[in-house]
Amino acid sequence: MPITRGFKSKRSNAARDRIPPGQYVTEDFPVLTAGPTQRTPVENWSLTLQRGGEMLGRWSWEQFEKLQQTERTTDIHCVTKWTKFDTRWCGVTIDDLMKAAGLSAPPTQFVMAHCDGGYTTNLLVADLLDGKAMIATQYDNSPIPVTHGGPARLLVPHLYFWKSAKWVRGLEFIETNTPGFWESMGYHIHGDPWREQRYTGDA
Amino acid sequence: MLRDWQLATVAAIRDETPSVRTIAFSLPQWTGHLAGQHVDVRLTTDDGYQAERSYSIASPSGRTALIEITVERIADGEVSPFLTAQLALGDTIELRGPLGGYFTWRPDNPAPLMLIAGGSGIVPLMSMLRTRTKAANRPPARLLYSSRQFEEIIYRSELDRLVTTNDGFSLNTALTRGAPANWSGETRRVDGDMLAKYTFPAAQAPHNFVCGPTSFVETVADRLVALGHQENAIKTERFGPTGEKR
Repeated sequence: MPITRGFKSKRSNAARDRIPPGQYVTEDFPVLTAGPTQRTPVENWSLTLQRGGEMLGRWSWEQFEKLQQTERTTDIHCVTKWTKFDTRWCGVTIDDLMKAAGLSAPPTQFVMAHCDGGYTTNLLVADLLDGKAMIATQYDNSPIPVTHGGPARLLVPHLYFWKSAKWVRGLEFIETNTPGFWESMGYHIHGDPWREQRYTGDA
Repeated sequence: MLRDWQLATVAAIRDETPSVRTIAFSLPQWTGHLAGQHVDVRLTTDDGYQAERSYSIASPSGRTALIEITVERIADGEVSPFLTAQLALGDTIELRGPLGGYFTWRPDNPAPLMLIAGGSGIVPLMSMLRTRTKAANRPPARLLYSSRQFEEIIYRSELDRLVTTNDGFSLNTALTRGAPANWSGETRRVDGDMLAKYTFPAAQAPHNFVCGPTSFVETVADRLVALGHQENAIKTERFGPTGEKR
């Protein structure tokens, strides 16, 4: 590891074990999006669970709000290097969503998330179950602002935050792991911040 | 593409404004990049702490001998004060890239090129303009560029020079915090009226690249949609604080 002449850290050592490699802590909540912000009113919103063309479950906003709601406080890590501690979310875990669709086991091992605006991201089912992920509709006890993905965003906080897709509208079970939007633009297929899987080719 | 960390050597330093510096690096290997891509840099303290940041490439695309980044000093930042004040000629830092494959422009793209920048958001767009200038066939291009003050306009003399080449490039500038007496540009934040006046009409199917602070990009992208541009023809890069502390 080549030492940079004259470079001094301004950060304290505290909480370094909570910060994945190459990340820094921000108090702010930056907005990153590849294009214009999507604005879907909840009256027009629905969430679907599909396998190929087969519909496994579909919820309107009203129906979705009646599903089991779970609160979660977690750190989040963006591939653009910022980490934010103790973000508070509320929504429906993917476990509860599958239960609501009457699924006792996932039909495949991979999922593609589909969003308003055409954004997609691919995930292992194993990264979504056992309470690891949710469809979040509240941030810090308020509806998620549209710039941060409201009315609903996927939350998979143990992976880089591009996996926590904004404006999510559907989860599709797929047979093979297929790159989504950023994953086909040079970003890592899995995206584990603790292994610093930022870009294609990272271990 | 080569994405391993390399030791980059500072080959040239150029101050663009009082708080913005361009640094040119020579690299052991560079396979070439696209205009709009970025690099990651990594700095290491003597006790092993490492800081990483991403910076847009400012130099034109291709397999150039040197690659340039342009860095704005963030007063309370950890990396940008070091890069803009302490890093000296001949120093080495770790760097990898090119990275990012969406906010990119290729010179063989014949669509009109619309560039809209706020502050240091000009950097990846300057790479596009420099790439265009090197190209055999140049699509029409326009830049709408908002800065706070005259002294903070990055690449000012180069942009003025590009306008005089009369090769289909036009420049409009806005200053948001006061202007010199002889200023002929706009003197307010970029808004819908300004975009309607200075951007290519949606009917010409331009490619729009918008880069700047979050609130700037939010405004511009929303107004471009309202002006009838296809969402997938509006590519954005946002940076900086949102002011949202929650």
